[in-house]
Amino acid sequence: MTALPPFQTVLDDHAGAVMAILHGAVGREGAEDCFQETFLAALRAYPKLEDDRNLRGWLLTIAHRKAIDHHRARGRAPVPVAEPPQPAAPDGIPEPDNGLWAAVGALPPKQRAAVALRYGSDLPHGEIAAALGCSPEAARRNLHEGLKRLRKELA
Amino acid sequence: MSTATEKAIKGLQARATGEGLLDVAYATADSPFGPLLLAQTRRGLVRVGLPNQDSDELLVDLAERVSPRVLEAPGELDAVRRELDLYFEGKLDSFDLPLDWRLSGGFRQRVLRAINRIPYGQTRSYTEMARKAGNERAVRAAGTACGSNPIPLVVPCHRVLRTGGALGGYGGGLPMKEALLQLEGVLDESPGS
Repeated sequence: MTALPPFQTVLDDHAGAVMAILHGAVGREGAEDCFQETFLAALRAYPKLEDDRNLRGWLLTIAHRKAIDHHRARGRAPVPVAEPPQPAAPDGIPEPDNGLWAAVGALPPKQRAAVALRYGSDLPHGEIAAALGCSPEAARRNLHEGLKRLRKELA
Repeated sequence: MSTATEKAIKGLQARATGEGLLDVAYATADSPFGPLLLAQTRRGLVRVGLPNQDSDELLVDLAERVSPRVLEAPGELDAVRRELDLYFEGKLDSFDLPLDWRLSGGFRQRVLRAINRIPYGQTRSYTEMARKAGNERAVRAAGTACGSNPIPLVVPCHRVLRTGGALGGYGGGLPMKEALLQLEGVLDESPGS
């Protein structure tokens, strides 16, 4: 096994993607804290990481757990996204428009995470399944259900 | 990178430090010779990268030899930066910084610790350093120890010359060694001296 790269490299390479999925999963308000919780947990476990081939998937899995913790702590309340829309950020945080991301924020956790990972982070189904810790079929179903609900809400 | 992400990263550095997860903190610092890389552990300053050295390679090396928990944390290196600034202004003749010697072992570390006791504005020969480290005949090894000094500037390997006064070598290039010795008043500033 080759040596692990300096953690700063991991942070530089994946901070944008992690922020984007947390933004979609918990909203702007909770994203900063979940982001820090994610990278602190990663930093804690990092020296013992045995396989560094999929650091992105590893980080997104942790981020997803932190998002779930965040919602549990808040009694699964829907995410208030009352702030005015922001211009698109260069690191790919989607521009909220027409209440779309507010509606995403109000989805049940698994559906919300699947939608955020697919359209916020542009992950393929296999990686979404890995990040959610479920089968590819379950990931696809969550994505499908989430999208169906969004279409209904926004119609 | 968005400002929200930058802000989150700043907070992350503070929290990582607070939770004792920062094994190697690093920062860059300006110097009259170009940017320096400064890295420290909880024990002290562990690495100074000179302007002609590749920072990325040094960080990869630290990740491998010290810990992969390497994070940029400029605030952690404030004391080091302040002392180096004063040194370059000619206002500091002795560093008061904790040092982490772990990157050098055995004879090399003994040579470097001996170098660390050479006073400001004085020079010694490689032979003297070999003797101080316990093996007068290992002059070449003493030279190698100087050349591999992980904490140049602060551990003043630029004060070690060849017997007879020839400059010898320097990791940051001979012009830098000359300039440092001029700063410390050992060499004349007139060209060709």
